[in-house]
Amino acid sequence: MTGVTSESIVLFVNTALLLLMCAAALGVVRLRNLFAVVMLGGVYSFLMASLMVALDAVDVGMTETAVGAGISVVLMLSVLGLTKTREAAPRHRPLVALVVSAVVAVSLLYASGDLPPFGDPAAPAHQHVAPEYLARAPVETGAPNIVTAVLASYRGYDTLGETAVILTGGIGVLVLLLGARRRRGGVRQGGAGESPEGTGAPMLRDTVILRVGAKILLPFILLFALYVQFHGDFGPGGGFQAGVAAATGVVLYALVFGVASAQRVAPVRVVLVMVPLGVLIYAGTGLAGMLAGGNYLDYSVLAHDPVHGQHWGIFAVESGVFVTVSGTMLAIFYAFAGRRQAREEEGAGR
Amino acid sequence: MNVVLAHLNAYVAVFLMVTGLFTVVNRGNLIKKLVGLSIFQTSVYLLYLSPGKIIGGTAPIIADRYEIYSNPLPHVLILTAIVVGVATLALGLALVVRIQEAYGSIEEDDVHRQSAPGEARQGGANGGEAP
Repeated sequence: MTGVTSESIVLFVNTALLLLMCAAALGVVRLRNLFAVVMLGGVYSFLMASLMVALDAVDVGMTETAVGAGISVVLMLSVLGLTKTREAAPRHRPLVALVVSAVVAVSLLYASGDLPPFGDPAAPAHQHVAPEYLARAPVETGAPNIVTAVLASYRGYDTLGETAVILTGGIGVLVLLLGARRRRGGVRQGGAGESPEGTGAPMLRDTVILRVGAKILLPFILLFALYVQFHGDFGPGGGFQAGVAAATGVVLYALVFGVASAQRVAPVRVVLVMVPLGVLIYAGTGLAGMLAGGNYLDYSVLAHDPVHGQHWGIFAVESGVFVTVSGTMLAIFYAFAGRRQAREEEGAGR
Repeated sequence: MNVVLAHLNAYVAVFLMVTGLFTVVNRGNLIKKLVGLSIFQTSVYLLYLSPGKIIGGTAPIIADRYEIYSNPLPHVLILTAIVVGVATLALGLALVVRIQEAYGSIEEDDVHRQSAPGEARQGGANGGEAP
């Protein structure tokens, strides 16, 4: 994406990706083999991520790739391993759903006529806060990446809330998937070495190409995560992307070499501590600002001059986001994988 | 730019939104419902990000070579929404796993039939097969 991209190229790429996404979405609805649905969902997410890059949302595109095409697919597949992989034939006529969808579609299409045309610099959305952010953020925070500056500094409260929502989601999954088994006196989650076999591990471990490929890729994925984390002020990236990328690396390792091996690298205990720790780091940074005499989440007072303070503050809250996001993603993955493991052991014991 | 191209992103966002809505309403399979919900969610990403694009602009990372930047605000909103989305998706999937264990099925109809009044629900976290 350069500044001189001609209008027609932008429109062509945009249109092509949009049409491909429509096709993928239709395929997802029509298919009844849930494996195919999940994989096509991954393709759909990757198309969406490409479109986001075409729309100049590079940070968002990176997140969507790691989340939609990476973690989501793995989670869905691990749930398919616990349930059925074939959807039952529909028993209801689609009439009601079609009518509801049609009414919604017609009213939204009617409203879309009032929207400004695509790519118009004079659109109302570009007239108010956006120019302010673009003009002031590099001066006030020293971060050339405006998305990071707005995310971590200007809208710091918002991001703190989002991080807390991720924490809540993680707690919900853990309560749902770990609670019941403990009540039945079953195996505790994730003792490394209790069972050498993880989800489908034996088959994958015997595949030389996968094993070698995963080993080669892993350091690069983790290095990329660290780069994205620490370079997030200057290029696309930040705590959310880095956290998901790091978790993806460990999940890849777990898929090929077994969950037990992955838990030697990222032990369950550490991961469970990381989930709330990141939110505490984030909230603690806000408190540090108050102790230094500023407002909550005001980083300008954290160092001798305001721009340095902003640097430190953004660094601290992005670290907090990284810790919570990577911890939560891994904890959720372990919870699903541990469920499968426990069921296999139960089946063997019977 | 003609009228269709000027609003194509909005039209596709509407199409994806109702595709997701249709899946959630019509399909009985709980995993399929969650996939539909995800499609619905991505349509919102599209709806937010498309107006942020300025033709001739570039990604909002300040550099000397560029003067026009796309709007960074939708990027911030959607970035956090994606990660929150996967956390809620995982929560939904965890519920699906528990429903499978309690009812032996993830088809809405089967679950409704079993939990209808007057019929004993299968207890325990590892229920039997679907009827």
